[in-house]
Amino acid sequence: MGLTSKLGGMGVVTVKLEDAINWSRTRAMWPMLFGLACCAIEMMSAQASNYDLSRFGMELMRPSPRQSDLMIVAGRVTRKMAPVLRQLYDQMPEPKWVLSMGDCASCGGIFNNYAIVQGVDEIVPVDVYVAGCPPRPEQLIHGIITLHERVKQERLDDWV
Amino acid sequence: MTVSEITTWQGDVEQLKGLVSERALSGETMVLNMGPQHPSTHGVLRLLLELDGENIISCVPDVGFLHTGIEKNMEAKRYEQAITMTDRMDYLSPMGNNLVYCLAMEKLIDLDVPLRAQYIRVLLAELTRINSHLVWLATHALDIGAMSVFLYCFREREKLLDIFEIVSGQRMMSTYFRPGGLWRDVPEEFEPAVRDFLDYFPGKIDDYENLLTSNPLWLDRTQGIGFLSADDAIRLGCSGPTLRGSGVNWDIRKAIPYSSYDHFDFEVPLGQHGDVYDRYIVRMKELRQSLHIVRQALDNLPGGPVRSNNRKYVPPPRSELGQSMEAVIHHFKLWTEGFRPPEGEVYVRVESPRGELGCFLASDGSPKPWRVHFRTPTFVHLSALPHMAKDHLIADLVGIIGSIDIVLGDCDR
Repeated sequence: MGLTSKLGGMGVVTVKLEDAINWSRTRAMWPMLFGLACCAIEMMSAQASNYDLSRFGMELMRPSPRQSDLMIVAGRVTRKMAPVLRQLYDQMPEPKWVLSMGDCASCGGIFNNYAIVQGVDEIVPVDVYVAGCPPRPEQLIHGIITLHERVKQERLDDWV
Repeated sequence: MTVSEITTWQGDVEQLKGLVSERALSGETMVLNMGPQHPSTHGVLRLLLELDGENIISCVPDVGFLHTGIEKNMEAKRYEQAITMTDRMDYLSPMGNNLVYCLAMEKLIDLDVPLRAQYIRVLLAELTRINSHLVWLATHALDIGAMSVFLYCFREREKLLDIFEIVSGQRMMSTYFRPGGLWRDVPEEFEPAVRDFLDYFPGKIDDYENLLTSNPLWLDRTQGIGFLSADDAIRLGCSGPTLRGSGVNWDIRKAIPYSSYDHFDFEVPLGQHGDVYDRYIVRMKELRQSLHIVRQALDNLPGGPVRSNNRKYVPPPRSELGQSMEAVIHHFKLWTEGFRPPEGEVYVRVESPRGELGCFLASDGSPKPWRVHFRTPTFVHLSALPHMAKDHLIADLVGIIGSIDIVLGDCDR
């Protein structure tokens, strides 16, 4: 094998199946292209040249929920938007994760009123919360790495 | 559930009457839902499209997916506290929203603003306009298929956000303008940072124009698309670059100058045909004009205070608190119960990056506003969208939405 010999003839690498699956999941976790409000602009910044989210295997933002693994709820969720958001979540294939970006998505933020859902965790299960109004792109990236660390801890028998 | 059950629409046909033509009810034309989750609707806009093949027969916007209740929430806050709410309306031009709300408060209580503060406001409002236009260009080009412009625009935008962070400590939601002036004077690093940007940015506008302005693909996708005649634009209440793209010379900075815009020399770029391409050209020229205004403001920046001396409305500087009992009392009163403007109603308008942004403020003499209402350009422009989109291909709709530069936070509030 040409490639194997170039790599130093490593032969066989043994690894736990769990680790291999979790590793591959963190290296190609496609987020959904789903912006709601101000935080979506910072999410775009994180995606663009200066912060370059593709360093973490995320260069593809999928507009379709059926092709995405991670839902970044970027912005305030209104009562009118909540059923749409839940439907999008239901359309995502397993395994799926939710990252709540910003204060509005996490707890309603400064908008404690009739229109805003006080935290997106009322309608979808959230894995990681990122604080800030809006969070800096660095904060979002930190949240994503935190999520990756969590995914690496997952056990196969938890979801089989 | 069978495939035919899934693909057939389950809703009530009666609800569609009046929105779409009779042909749609009989199944001759197709009714298609676009959004609220769509990559090209710039947020959470939903459009109900009636299609004959790929041609749009009618287009009905459905807004309110981002209705935040900001106007109502502001009634529960004191006047100065409510500034933080305005940032989050049109989140691409926070300083423009701060400005219109502060101007409304200042008009209500007849508060003077020092010239230095007015100049810094103009400077930052123009930088915000550049910031907003950069996001518009990035997303508009991305929608039509030019990915690299997106990456370039966001690279330059970071430099602007750094400037906003220098003055206010926040990248986007700055809340820097306050009634009677500014939160504080600009720090030392501000001027070199802006000068760096002034030297750096003109070459970048050239880069964008090289990529797009005479690119045959870009011309094909934008010229003759989304036509809006001057009469129609006025009739539909358009303003800003959408109106000026149709050749109407109306810019509130020139027509009704506010915040000392009459001290600055700048041109109002106009389009000729009123199509997507002309609106693009107008905004690209506005980028250069905004730079021109920023340069003038920086060169002629006067000295002096940045907050009014009217202690009944503006808190005293920190340095006075240790020496003057009156200052302590004013400080305490302002931060515990806020100021009480006289009863009355005002309407103030500014030229936001998207068009005429108006603020109606009614006071009943209490420390909280009795009613705040914003006349936002995106809401008006969305009502002009069906007119522009009619008889176009569905693929062109994406370009038309991009060309009116909608921000749903601005529309729904």
